[in-house]
Amino acid sequence: MRITINGMACEAGEGQTVLQAARANGIYIPSLCYHDKTGVAGKCRVCVAEVKDMRGLQATCALPAREGMEVVTNSETVLQAQRMVVDLLLSTGKHDCIACEQNGMCELQDAAYYLHIERPGLQYADVEPDIDSSSAFVYVDRSKCVSCGRCVAGCNDVVVNEVLDFGRRGHGTSIVFNADQAMGESTCVQCGECVQLCPVGALTEKKSMGKARSWETHKVRTTCPYCGVGCQLDLHVKGEQIVRVTGVEDGSPNKGRLCVKGRFGYDFIYSGDRLTTPLIKENGEFREASWDEALDLVAGKFKQIIAESGPDTIGGVSCARSINEDSYQMQKLFRAVIGTNNIDHCART
Amino acid sequence: MTNSFGEFANAKLFLCIGTNMTEAHPVASTFLKNAVRKGAKLIVVDPRKQPLVDFADIHCQIKVGSDIAFLNGLMNVLITENLYDKDFVENKCDNFDAFKAKVLEYPVERAAEISGVSAEQIREVARLLATVKPAMLCYTLGITEHTTGKDNVMSTANLQLLLGNMGMPSAGVNPLRGQNNVQGACDMGALPNVFPGYQKVIDAPMRDKFSKAWNVDKLPDQNGLMMPQMMEGLVDKKIRALYIFGENLANTEPDIRKVEHELASAEFLVCQDIFPTETTRFAHVVFPAAAWSEDDGTFSSSERRVNRVRKVKTPPGDAKPNWWIFKELAKRMGHDWASNGAQEIWDNEVSVLAPALGGIKYSRIEKDGLQWPCPTLEHPGTEFLHRDGIFTHGKGIFNPVDWAPPAEVPDKEYPFVLSTGRRLYHYHTRTQTGRAGMNQLLSEETADISQADAQKLGIKHGEYVKVRSRRGEVKVKAKVTEQVPPGMVWMAFHFRDGCANWLTNAVYDPVTFTAEYKACAVALERA
Ligand code: SF4
Ligand code: SF4
Ligand code: SF4
Ligand code: FES
Repeated sequence: MRITINGMACEAGEGQTVLQAARANGIYIPSLCYHDKTGVAGKCRVCVAEVKDMRGLQATCALPAREGMEVVTNSETVLQAQRMVVDLLLSTGKHDCIACEQNGMCELQDAAYYLHIERPGLQYADVEPDIDSSSAFVYVDRSKCVSCGRCVAGCNDVVVNEVLDFGRRGHGTSIVFNADQAMGESTCVQCGECVQLCPVGALTEKKSMGKARSWETHKVRTTCPYCGVGCQLDLHVKGEQIVRVTGVEDGSPNKGRLCVKGRFGYDFIYSGDRLTTPLIKENGEFREASWDEALDLVAGKFKQIIAESGPDTIGGVSCARSINEDSYQMQKLFRAVIGTNNIDHCART
Repeated sequence: MTNSFGEFANAKLFLCIGTNMTEAHPVASTFLKNAVRKGAKLIVVDPRKQPLVDFADIHCQIKVGSDIAFLNGLMNVLITENLYDKDFVENKCDNFDAFKAKVLEYPVERAAEISGVSAEQIREVARLLATVKPAMLCYTLGITEHTTGKDNVMSTANLQLLLGNMGMPSAGVNPLRGQNNVQGACDMGALPNVFPGYQKVIDAPMRDKFSKAWNVDKLPDQNGLMMPQMMEGLVDKKIRALYIFGENLANTEPDIRKVEHELASAEFLVCQDIFPTETTRFAHVVFPAAAWSEDDGTFSSSERRVNRVRKVKTPPGDAKPNWWIFKELAKRMGHDWASNGAQEIWDNEVSVLAPALGGIKYSRIEKDGLQWPCPTLEHPGTEFLHRDGIFTHGKGIFNPVDWAPPAEVPDKEYPFVLSTGRRLYHYHTRTQTGRAGMNQLLSEETADISQADAQKLGIKHGEYVKVRSRRGEVKVKAKVTEQVPPGMVWMAFHFRDGCANWLTNAVYDPVTFTAEYKACAVALERA
């Protein structure tokens, strides 16, 4: 169907909301509480627009597109309304962006930038940071929370871990873990879905802190190295350093979801314990060796054993964690070069 | 898996047997929970009240190692009450009569007695399965890690055939594979009986095909040894050299003392790994290898999906890609291999040689992976197998199977069943997760025991206990939990100290050689 946004003709799909249609057509409407995965919350009212023949401002995230609809998102009325909301959110939180992990990928910052809010117009008493760093991998700063509810919906309805909720009614609502426990004391399983969904810097990855500004990183898509689900990950990489891992939102099978191992278990590759040189045992002790020496020794010993007692006295165990191509090479080495079918792996565990 | 994770969303009924999905395949469990929230039924068959049970309509708290009795009892009800899918059985399956005769030996009362699940509940499950269709059957190592593992697997397939739950979306028999690329290692022919793509080494035409492709005169025509046989061969010198790539056998195999004796007996042991492990200690030569993210390649997931893995950093020091190490060894043994790098290996060799992978090329899996069988470049991949009830061998074949108890059952001296598995926060022997901060979430092994046993033995939560089997003894903290039924001790193998494998029994399924990690007898006392 056709709708117009700011006088521009746009194609909108069946069942799409105005916000979705705008995004699909490359038109930015600031929004905070809507996320494809958690759906319409209708809470933040940042996404408002004027629609011809409709009274008042409409939340575009909840407004189904209809044939011929005429939408205006850039009138002074609209911008003024959006500015009010964003200004209020900036003033009621501790949004000091300078060292915030979310800087550069923050949806509140994007909205403020778009609306030219250089500093909040409303002056509130200074808000203190409200930190919970009790969990292993997630850094919580409630003073940056805009109460959009995406994390709560994600934890309960997406990954169904049922930890997060809104609570502390009375002195301002806030997200709470179980019955307002510290995150690290709660039943949270550190899957990080809430972190991935949070539009601001209220929920961030501890491991990423200070490692890179978001614009210094690029994303590389890969597959999780742990279990057989095969979750698709984006590695956020600076130089050779993975600084963050997120689930690929439109990737199969996980649709952006990850578990604690897939999201936070990546940095073993940087461990100082890594084997870095071939080793040969001499008199019960390992000594370092060159590749040529180590490979010659193994090839020589294999040839000798094959000559003395036949290829079937050699066996190989391949790896169920490494790539397909490695297993292929190993079985080829055993079958075609050594000449035995004594090749297996831990298929059974 | 015959079916796919994407089909969880529209499933109407799940039968999960021997799968602690929430911890071992966490993301899969989230999709299952979504479906249950939407109204799907969930039956959990598990000795433990594991996390899925919170979402289940029915929990059959089966005794360890009684799966076949339970399943046969279930199928007995389906047959005697005429609740099975007659059309599917008659038209799409073979060997029903022999199978039926076997199942009739398991009246529901007998099944109830062996499995500890009440006759009433078995009937309830059968009736639910008969009314809600299709159902997805999911299992993990709770089914396979038994001396009757292969029969257990066949029994789950029997059930899905009997119900006609095959060859359609949100149905099927779905083993969730443990490790990221255990499916792929099988697909690649890292098995003693098949070339890549499950083409049998005993078939002469297959050997011809591969010897041409690999440019050799002949290829060995006998099935090789399976891993436990190779390990035992180290002791009696039938195996003189063993080449271990990536596996930490000294911790992962049952009966660590036996395994270490075997490794120590090796005349020549080569290990290729990313870290020094308990296993590399026994090596004569160690090759340092590139890790995940240090090489391009592919993994194949449980749902037969070939996914890309990408390189973002160079390996440390002199560590090298694994494919390179194998290629260099081949060269030194007189064989020059053409392919350089994973893409060449896949595009020019693997996908050319394995028909089911023929349509999968790197250019097609830049984003989402493709699911095999995918025989041609135009083929979209296969979400579920056996469409319309057409099986690889024409018809679905019923296999009559009998129940047998685990090799070692509790007795006076060792009155508890030890069952083992994985926990959420670690993977296997922690070579990776132990170096990624996960110890903050779980820093030591525990012996998980029931409230009742704790009380009886005067053991408090968090107190040290000794767990002893005929093979060894460990001292670990007790975790008193309602997850575990009386009479059971449950442990994992993530930590060297207190590793369950000091205790487990090195007995195997006679066909698959899968070890009985899920059942042995232990004694438990305060330390
Ligand atoms: S990390 Fe996962 S379980 Fe924990 S609060 Fe966030 S979404 Fe919930
Ligand atoms: S923590 Fe983040 S996702 Fe959760 S309500 Fe606050 S701003 Fe929204
Ligand atoms: S993220 Fe978790 S569930 Fe997904 S593949 Fe990795 S280990 Fe498995
Ligand atoms: S995004 Fe529309 S109300 Fe929040």
